[in-house]
Amino acid sequence: MLSHYLFFFLSAVALISAMMVLLSKKPIHSVLYLTLTFFTLAGHYILLNAQFLAVVHIIVYAGAIMVLFLFTVMLLNLNIEGEFPKSTLMKFVSIIAGGMIFLVLIGTLKSFDVSTVGNPEMTQIGLVKNLGKILYSDYIMPFELSSILFLSAMVGAVMLGKKDKN
Amino acid sequence: MENSIAQLQVIPLQYYILFCSALFSIGVIGVLAKRNALVIFMSVELMLNSANLLLAAFSAYRNDPAGQIFVFFIMVVAAAEVAIGLALLVVVYRSTHSIDIYKLDRLKW
Amino acid sequence: MQLISILLLVFPLLGFLTIGLFQRQMNRQLSGILASGVIFINLVLSSFLFRYITTSHQVLEVSLFDWIKFADISIPFALTIDRLSALMLMIVNGVGLLIHVYSIGYMKYDESVNRFFAYLNLFILFMLILVLGSDYLMLFIGWEGVGLSSYLLIGFWYKDHANNNAAKKAFIMNRIGDLGFLLGIFLLFSTFKTLSISEIAEIASLMPSGNITLTIITLFLFVGAMGKSAQIPLFTWLPDAMAGPTPVSALIHAATMVTAGIYLIARSGVLFVLSPLTMNIILVVGAVTALVGGLIAIYQNDIKKILAYSTVSQLGFLFMALGLGSFSGAMFHLTTHAFFKALLFLAAGSVIHALSGEQDIRKMGGLRSKIPFTFALMVVGTIAISGIPPFAGFFSKEVILTAAYEHGMAMGVFATFVSLLTTIYMFRLLFVVFFKPASKDFKPAHSVHESPKVMLYPMAILAILSIVAGFVQLPKLFSETQGFDNFLTPVFAKANGLQTVSEHALSVQTEWLILLIPMFIIALLVFYSYNRFVNSKELTPATGIQKVLADKFYFDDIYDFLIVKPIGFLSDFFRQTVDQSIINGFVNAVGNGTLFVGKRLRLLQTGNVGFYLVIMVFCVIAILFFNIIL
Repeated sequence: MLSHYLFFFLSAVALISAMMVLLSKKPIHSVLYLTLTFFTLAGHYILLNAQFLAVVHIIVYAGAIMVLFLFTVMLLNLNIEGEFPKSTLMKFVSIIAGGMIFLVLIGTLKSFDVSTVGNPEMTQIGLVKNLGKILYSDYIMPFELSSILFLSAMVGAVMLGKKDKN
Repeated sequence: MENSIAQLQVIPLQYYILFCSALFSIGVIGVLAKRNALVIFMSVELMLNSANLLLAAFSAYRNDPAGQIFVFFIMVVAAAEVAIGLALLVVVYRSTHSIDIYKLDRLKW
Repeated sequence: MQLISILLLVFPLLGFLTIGLFQRQMNRQLSGILASGVIFINLVLSSFLFRYITTSHQVLEVSLFDWIKFADISIPFALTIDRLSALMLMIVNGVGLLIHVYSIGYMKYDESVNRFFAYLNLFILFMLILVLGSDYLMLFIGWEGVGLSSYLLIGFWYKDHANNNAAKKAFIMNRIGDLGFLLGIFLLFSTFKTLSISEIAEIASLMPSGNITLTIITLFLFVGAMGKSAQIPLFTWLPDAMAGPTPVSALIHAATMVTAGIYLIARSGVLFVLSPLTMNIILVVGAVTALVGGLIAIYQNDIKKILAYSTVSQLGFLFMALGLGSFSGAMFHLTTHAFFKALLFLAAGSVIHALSGEQDIRKMGGLRSKIPFTFALMVVGTIAISGIPPFAGFFSKEVILTAAYEHGMAMGVFATFVSLLTTIYMFRLLFVVFFKPASKDFKPAHSVHESPKVMLYPMAILAILSIVAGFVQLPKLFSETQGFDNFLTPVFAKANGLQTVSEHALSVQTEWLILLIPMFIIALLVFYSYNRFVNSKELTPATGIQKVLADKFYFDDIYDFLIVKPIGFLSDFFRQTVDQSIINGFVNAVGNGTLFVGKRLRLLQTGNVGFYLVIMVFCVIAILFFNIIL
């Protein structure tokens, strides 16, 4: 039962902070609320006994990506949300679109066979050792390729960020 | 006895599906409704994360590690994408001094 | 031996391809020598074949490859060489060679002489296919091919539109005949299930005389022959075809192509003999054509047109022979006609060459002393064509006249009258051009000079042939050896066997009279023409009935009114209304419609990213939605 309560609590916090991301007036508040969402998601991962993923999630998302966002907001002084006029039509249309996506997704996924094989809390595949074994044997190729991906991303980011010497 | 109690206490997979779909649609609303490019970016991250969680859930319930490996790589790609995206944002900001996406409308008829 | 027959076709093809593909680079002398060399080789091969066929009494069958083969239809690409084909081979290659050599001199200063020789070789190739073909379809290939070559050669100087029109006229009239030929082939195939000439002859010889199917088939084949060999009503192209160079007129429109129709009928002798109705029609058409052609020729003023109408008349004469059932007689006259008509055309070309392009005889005169060799050759040709013994024309015409008299006295007299017309117009030509003192319009561009030797030698050879070729078959009065008949007996045996023998065997006195009376009349006519044309003053313009004759019985005008103008209106209508308005309009409408839709759709590109995103999300929703439903 503990896991049930934990699940509901974490889900509620995640959903509320996600909505606050959209509803905040200042961008810096949106960033902070998003970080909170990420933490709750890490909790979810732990519920599923995906330990490695939880840790990596925290390090990468909360630790790197959000910091990047914060840097961007603060260095470019983008904390000035209130100037953008909102069009009501767009808000309306977007809420309708979002709602329809929700319903359609549910409908699509409902027809899948959701028989469970084992107890999610007791699975051993999320452990670092097991995951590492699979990663370095079956999936070694994408692993190496991702290093090239990072290299190109780094080079691209640096190149884009340089100021022209006019 | 513990086994049956343990069985009763498993969270059904449908809950995860519901939760992730809700998160995803919140992300969609964010992409469509907001004009601030940064907030749109963050909504995209939200969508990616909802997909991650669903994948991990399926992987745990099916006892198949491929799902978690997939999540790992999605995180890799998301990280790279954020780096480049924010660099692009900076470039756009430098030329137009605004991150309102409605101001980028020159490629029209 | 079979290889030789195949080589006969290969050499002209090679000649055509070589000269045709290398037109621009080739040396002008080389093309003439190459083309003539090819035909010379062909002539040598043909003489081998001729000797072989004659001595071995065999028929040579060469099958090249299976051409059409499906279901139970099998049409091979095969050649048949029997005595008739061998004879035609010698004529085509021999006269062809002489004319090739002549053209080397005649076309020397023309700028596209290479193209000319390429086309000449092409023509020889197709004529050989026609002559050697062993089934009707191959014959038709050659038939069409010579029509094509004729078109190309008539319109050789294509920069002048009148030449193009003449070429078109020739080709279109040929085509009308070809339609008849094709229908005949279709009927042949459906009746006999095969197109091989020998097989059809076998099957047909068992059929009764007067069979309706055979009659219809032969009528269609005769329509084809009418178009190709210029019989009424499809003869008006031949005089217009004189727009081409003179060697072309000599080769194609005198000696070889126009004889294709006669060859066709002679080949299908069995079929025709079994259809008396068709034979009668052939006889009538031939007779009328001969008469009309001869009458028109008397009043023409262009030297080549006189010869052209003479050809029409002689072809009519040949068809009369076929209609009377005298197949070997027709072939005999065909051979001698090839010789002397080619000679006459080449001599006319020599005259034109001497006068630097003048063709109107009213502007000529007194050339006897100026171009003596050409004069002598022209005299030989004129005497030969008029049927004066001992030149060749006399003997061949005798065979035909005898057959006519055996058919009936009226027919014989008519045939004699027609052949006497020949005397009138030919001697008129001779006297006006050579004997009459030069008219005041006589203004040649350069000085009048004799033709070069390369042009004179072929004409001399043809002249010798015109003199001696007749002696292979003397009239029955003088000797019993009928050389030509005997030669072709194996070919026409079947056909002759099926014919009903005529009842009127002529008595000896009648035969002598038939021989001598025309001679007497000819002499009178020659004397009269001399008086009329040489001594009198300028040729008076024609009036009254003479005008009708001079205007070619208004055939051209009738055709123009009935056929050419309506077709012109029709094609104008199709162009303006159907093509421009309807079809063009439709295509333009499609284009305009696309532009219109494009203009409207363009407004979707607002440049607004948010708008794009909304559309994208809605499309994803739609996809997922349909996934659920379906």
